[in-house]
Amino acid sequence: MFVTAAYAQQSTTTEGAEAHDAAAAGEVHTETGVAHEGEAGSGVFPPFDSTHFASQLLWLAITFGLFYLLMSKVIIPRIGGILETRHDRIAQDLDEASRLKGEADAAIASYEQELATAKAKGHQIADGAREAAKSKAVADRNAVEADLSKKIAAAEDRIADIKTKALADVGAIAEETVTAVVKQLIGGTVTKAEIVAAVKASAGN
Amino acid sequence: MSNDPTHQFLVNKIVPIEIGGIDFSFTNASLFMVATVGAAAGFLYLTTSQRGLVPTRLQSVSEMSYEFIASMLREGAGQGGMKFFPMVFSLFMFILTANLLGMFPYFFTITSQIIVTFALALFVIGTVLFYGFYKHGFGFLKLFVPHGVPGVLLPLVVSIEIISFLSRPISLSVRLFANMLAGHITLKVFAGFVTSLSALGALGIGGAILPLIMTVAITGLEFLVCFLQAYVFAVLTCMYLNDAVHPGSH
Repeated sequence: MFVTAAYAQQSTTTEGAEAHDAAAAGEVHTETGVAHEGEAGSGVFPPFDSTHFASQLLWLAITFGLFYLLMSKVIIPRIGGILETRHDRIAQDLDEASRLKGEADAAIASYEQELATAKAKGHQIADGAREAAKSKAVADRNAVEADLSKKIAAAEDRIADIKTKALADVGAIAEETVTAVVKQLIGGTVTKAEIVAAVKASAGN
Repeated sequence: MSNDPTHQFLVNKIVPIEIGGIDFSFTNASLFMVATVGAAAGFLYLTTSQRGLVPTRLQSVSEMSYEFIASMLREGAGQGGMKFFPMVFSLFMFILTANLLGMFPYFFTITSQIIVTFALALFVIGTVLFYGFYKHGFGFLKLFVPHGVPGVLLPLVVSIEIISFLSRPISLSVRLFANMLAGHITLKVFAGFVTSLSALGALGIGGAILPLIMTVAITGLEFLVCFLQAYVFAVLTCMYLNDAVHPGSH
């Protein structure tokens, strides 16, 4: 209802407003007094009262112009700046996080590599030690074996020596024994030459 | 206080000013224009003065209104329309604040004055025309020639397009003006019923409950309308600016 009323009256009022300058100037003088005295009773629906159109337009231009300037020079750059700073900061933090993650990954990789080389080195050291121990054991055994074989050879020599010596003594012992035996048995004496011959003969058997 | 529902739209002189025979008085309407600018700019200025990386509640209100208008304009007029962001943002904040201030009792609603809304609408259409011709020259007139229309129908379609373009400032201004005006009158009428009915004694006071409930409900509705009309004005501004940035794209 109000819309249609507005349409109807608007065409007349805006036309009037456009041609306000000279024509309205006179009207203003006459109408302002009436409008003021009669309050709403001036007959014109207040929003369509063209008396104040010039003043409304002027003050709207001043206030909205000022508002536009404030917005475009102060508020919008400021809020835009805040939002951009936040956006940059988030992007920067994400970059930082991914960089730190990369560093952590690299640290893990280098740690694992270190671990692998340490393991390899440990193996190497163990192998070396084992090898050294083995070769030392072999050498020791060889030395001991050589020593032993030398001692064996020496012992064998002594044995052979003693054997020959013993064998050499056997004749003398036999002769003495024979002499003693013969003396006991027959009470007579036997010449030494005979005994030696007899021993030799039996030893020769 | 008069019980006349249109009394609230009366313009009264506060400081009479007259230049060259024309009345440029500082009126109550002018006062509330100043108040609107002061409230809107003051709110936006103070809430963002800390420039917090983590916003406070009020700062996020300012940021939300910024991003709300920015996304509206980007969707409506594309990236090329973003140069009009200060204009759309100013219009939206100005109209929204003016509408909301008008909801205070005894406050003057400047958007209920047809001359104010008409001036704002002319500002929008003027910008569209100026930028359209500045950017595209006579190519801007392609706006009135839609694609794929058979030649026979072309004169009819073009004349319809021209009429619809010319009616834009009227529809844009009357929509806002009429919504605010009708809403405030309705509120006043229902609130008037409460007082006049309750003057009739006990029965009247009982009967006044219904219009009282209506008044409360309509007040809630009016707050919605305040926001909605500012939003509609801004959205339509974005659509019209889209015509200036990309004529002949629809």
